[in-house]
Amino acid sequence: MKAIVCVKQVPDTSGVVAVKEDGTMDRAAMATITNHDDLAAVEAALRIKDATGCKVVVVSMGPPPAEGMLRELLAMGCDEAVLVSAREFGGSDTYATSQILAAAIKKIGVDDDDIVFCGRQAIDGDTAQVGPQIAEKLGMPQVSYVAEINVDGKAVTVKRLLEDGYMTIKVQTPCLLTCVKELNDARYMSVGGIMECYQKPLEVYNYETLKDDPLIDVTTIGLKGSPTNVYKSFSPPVKGAGMMMEGADKATVDKLVSILNDKHII
Amino acid sequence: MEAKTKDLWVFVETKEDGSAKNVGIELLNPGRELADKQGGKLVAVVIGCGVKAAVDEAACHGADQVLYIDGEEFRQYSTDAYVAALNHLVETYGPTTMLIGATPNGRDMGPRLSSRLQTGLTADCTGLAIDEETGCVAWTRPAFGGNLMATILCTDHRPQLGTVRPGVFKKPEAGEAKAEVVKVDFSFPAESIRTEILEVIKETAGELVDLEGADIIVAGGRGVGSAEGFEPVRQLAEALGATVGASRAAVDAGWISHSHQVGQTGKTVGPKLYIACGISGAIQHLAGMSSSDVIVAINKDPDAPIFGVADYGIVGNLFEVLPALTAEIKKMKG
Repeated sequence: MKAIVCVKQVPDTSGVVAVKEDGTMDRAAMATITNHDDLAAVEAALRIKDATGCKVVVVSMGPPPAEGMLRELLAMGCDEAVLVSAREFGGSDTYATSQILAAAIKKIGVDDDDIVFCGRQAIDGDTAQVGPQIAEKLGMPQVSYVAEINVDGKAVTVKRLLEDGYMTIKVQTPCLLTCVKELNDARYMSVGGIMECYQKPLEVYNYETLKDDPLIDVTTIGLKGSPTNVYKSFSPPVKGAGMMMEGADKATVDKLVSILNDKHII
Repeated sequence: MEAKTKDLWVFVETKEDGSAKNVGIELLNPGRELADKQGGKLVAVVIGCGVKAAVDEAACHGADQVLYIDGEEFRQYSTDAYVAALNHLVETYGPTTMLIGATPNGRDMGPRLSSRLQTGLTADCTGLAIDEETGCVAWTRPAFGGNLMATILCTDHRPQLGTVRPGVFKKPEAGEAKAEVVKVDFSFPAESIRTEILEVIKETAGELVDLEGADIIVAGGRGVGSAEGFEPVRQLAEALGATVGASRAAVDAGWISHSHQVGQTGKTVGPKLYIACGISGAIQHLAGMSSSDVIVAINKDPDAPIFGVADYGIVGNLFEVLPALTAEIKKMKG
């Protein structure tokens, strides 16, 4: 078997978020990281590799600098990397992105006992759509919000998070799982891994590589092939500051309770 | 695909007992406004097993028509059966727009359906309107962890699909049922469902955590300091008849279970009153609670960003403020 893991390089939204004057995100001014949920997916695949010796292939669609992230994942222990990168792919929404990634995964080749991993969602777009859309294009069963994985031959048993608990689901390979970051703590790169990562295969799939796939068409990829388009973006409206009260004494508490009571809030 | 009608559909997700989840009924509220502007019917779509309760609920909360599919294979959500059922309904009736609650199941099903129908889907929306110029739905949603809002249009593909965050819209008032109820015959072979559910565990058995339905929420964050630190938060919640919420920091520290989490990766809530105790107010938390009617913040740090959204702020130690507040409220309620 092998594990194919889809990863995305994203701006780090947990630190200082740079916003340009026109209200759009200043991506250039922000550090990039591997998306958290995707890193959990990589670690899950590597743990299956530790147990079974299977091959792990990471695939990412993005601009050429994403190669740096892929090298890091190779240094963690992944075996092969594929960078899907072309001008024609730029401006894709989730529908177009999943068309392209599904074509790339077909090119890598999916065997009967393979598992495709994705993160639940990327922290920049926050859509959680690309994984299930890839599964649809590959005709595979999917399980999303996966927080635990056990593989036994072709049977995969997973824990899927729900609003108020979880369910345990059994599914057969080939299948696609979208992982949440609570699944595990990703390992660090090893020194040996860093030494080796430049010898490991890293292929670039461009438009030429994938253009013969029926999923790749001017009407299904890039900005033109995207059914949805961002019409405008803006900073979230900020509510004006309210009434501040100093001190934890009885007078403050009495005042708050009487205000809430007078306004029939409590 | 071309839309055959100008109808707007709301997918009403059902629970195992056949009643409706809150979010489906909530969406009938913005759904009504959008449907009227689009000039079509407001249609509730119910799929499940023994779904009379959900059908009735949708009918008396403003739907013009209820389309429902009822079958044993739909008792539990599965991607395969539900996507097939919705795909069949869309191809048969051709709505122009469909709203789906952004629950784990809605977010599992929506993208799979959009990919099959070859149309656009906007995720996790918090604002819905009709764009005057194009007549399309203008889907507004937070991105970049809530740091940026984007308004998205799907101009050329139909139906326009969107998942909408639970808790953002209020349920419409219940009234007289005037909907035309249509049962649609569709079945999906159980053996074609490729995922087998072995067990379902409700983590909140014995302790009901209904954050989305709560009128008042008292939430604790890093400032409570420990699992025991939630005790004064719980006592205030009890005095107010409120539900206990928490920030991600408190959940990650293991002081309280994930089902209490409010924020970008937890629940989005819109209660009448939200009391934030020892919560600094990271943007990811604000994304989940800033639509609350009234926000009270209690924090030691006068510069905490939570005070930027609070209607009333108390700068002070929560372990002094909360017991005093609890006592005062108990006294007032007699």
